[in-house]
Amino acid sequence: MFAVCAKRTARRKIGLKNTVEIRWHGRGGQGAKTAALLLADVCFKNGKHIQGFPEYGPERMGAPITAYNRISDDELRVHSNIYDPDFVVVVDETLLEAIDVTAGLNPEGAIVINTTKSKEEIAKHLNGYAGKVYTLDARKISEDALGKYFPNSPMLAAIVAVSGVMDRDTFLSQMKESYQHKFAKKPEVIDGNMKALQVAFDEVKP
Amino acid sequence: MSIKERLSGNEAVAYAIKQINPDVMPAFPITPSTEIPQLVANYIANGQIDTEFIPVESEHSAMSAAIGASAAGARALTATSSCGMALMWELLYVAASNRLPIALALVNRALTGPININCDHSDSMGAKDAGWIQIYAENNQEVYDNFLQAFRISEHKDVMLPIMVCQDGFITSHALANIELVEDERVKAFVGEYQPENFLLNEQMPMAVGPYAVSNYYMESHRAQVEAMENAKQVILDVAAEFEKISGRKYGFFESYRLDDADYAVVIIGSAAGTTKDAVDELREEGIKAGLLKLRVFRPFPADEIAEALKGKKAVAILDRSETFSTQGGPLTSEVCAALYKRGVNVRAFSYIYGLGGRDYTVEDAKEVYYTVKKATESGEQLSEPVYIGLRSREDD
Repeated sequence: MFAVCAKRTARRKIGLKNTVEIRWHGRGGQGAKTAALLLADVCFKNGKHIQGFPEYGPERMGAPITAYNRISDDELRVHSNIYDPDFVVVVDETLLEAIDVTAGLNPEGAIVINTTKSKEEIAKHLNGYAGKVYTLDARKISEDALGKYFPNSPMLAAIVAVSGVMDRDTFLSQMKESYQHKFAKKPEVIDGNMKALQVAFDEVKP
Repeated sequence: MSIKERLSGNEAVAYAIKQINPDVMPAFPITPSTEIPQLVANYIANGQIDTEFIPVESEHSAMSAAIGASAAGARALTATSSCGMALMWELLYVAASNRLPIALALVNRALTGPININCDHSDSMGAKDAGWIQIYAENNQEVYDNFLQAFRISEHKDVMLPIMVCQDGFITSHALANIELVEDERVKAFVGEYQPENFLLNEQMPMAVGPYAVSNYYMESHRAQVEAMENAKQVILDVAAEFEKISGRKYGFFESYRLDDADYAVVIIGSAAGTTKDAVDELREEGIKAGLLKLRVFRPFPADEIAEALKGKKAVAILDRSETFSTQGGPLTSEVCAALYKRGVNVRAFSYIYGLGGRDYTVEDAKEVYYTVKKATESGEQLSEPVYIGLRSREDD
């Protein structure tokens, strides 16, 4: 499987015009797929053409999973996975050792990683990636805001901040609406999630 | 005014079912179609529709219950995938031969083995000879639109055949994307109420369903099914024309994308058509006259129309997402080649297999097909067919 992906990465150099492509790496149960769907959702509300989709293997907690987003001003017709993303989000830093997370990543783009490690420590896992590297301690943000470890909300805010697909106020107000809908039966978690988003949006840094 | 939304393919089908509010839905869950009965069950539990949901213990029972309900005069449907459909197998034929207009939301998934949950068309293509109408979709919009049209086609008095509304597992079923929905009142007026001519619970006109047919009757029964399938062609076009009036979206047997003046054509089914469209546009910019025929209706097979559309092309590549193990390529290849040959359309046709068990199909893969076909046509070179797209070799590993 990996050999085919590598070959395809080398061939795929055209890119869609007016389209931002994002690849998510996470582990089953961390909510990377949910985050990709939430990002698609919030971009839809912002008037974009969107795709949010997971790549499924054998489903189990803890297994590496990949999810994708395309966000565009134009109609999206392509239905393949994304091999040369503009942005990559790494929800779980232990994946850095297992997966070539920067494969095909646009050097003009960026990678956002949930980690407490330094840039120097991280760099050795990025295959010499020349683009921008952003880090975020999503565990601390989540535990402070929610009292539990749900890295996907902070990472969602981080990728919105880094990719610039929409501005801070629009993003936060639309996410509030989404959470009110999503958590209609447990409204007590809305404030914590909103706080996690705000802190992550402001704290993510190169 | 249409409603702009974002839904996955499964959500889109469930929403269509909610708008139709059918009488009976027996179902048994299987990946990747599980969300459809799950969401419909939610609609029922929330009191939004009054469909009778039957949680059965297997797909064999799901189709059996749908047959019973439909024979009784109810509008019935179910949803399944892959091995689930395989377990319905004998009942698929029973539904069709009893002329019961059941709808099946099929989310295409590879058949085992090796065991695999991802998309290919081996489930529905295996059932292509079961007597069901089959309609395929490129994306969530099309599967929603197809589902709204399904009962109008299947319940038409000249048709009375079950209908399979197919979409690509995960690729469209689990992908969130933009969609335009038709308002509830318009859907209701368009789909209408099911008024069966003959049904089991009609005490004025007692009837038998599914009796034994001796040799004197069996062949006539099949011939009648073929005639119904032939009739379905006009009904499919008429329903599409009416649907265009409420939705603004146009449907036929297939979509021709930059095909009229094309030298090289790809014939393909499902989500891969969208990817191929991007390839066609890029090839056109490179000066290659590429075109696409995206087949929507596989049963009945629109052979005349396909032959006409492909007449005069320098070459055609037919891309199948399932194997037949005939060593001659997939089912779409066989049917298209037969259509061309029988109508004296002498176009060189190449057989391709792609996307088995969810193997990804990219814009580059599509472009490579056109490059290869163009080169082989110009040089007269023979390809080793069927050509497998994206197949790994030992050297790759």
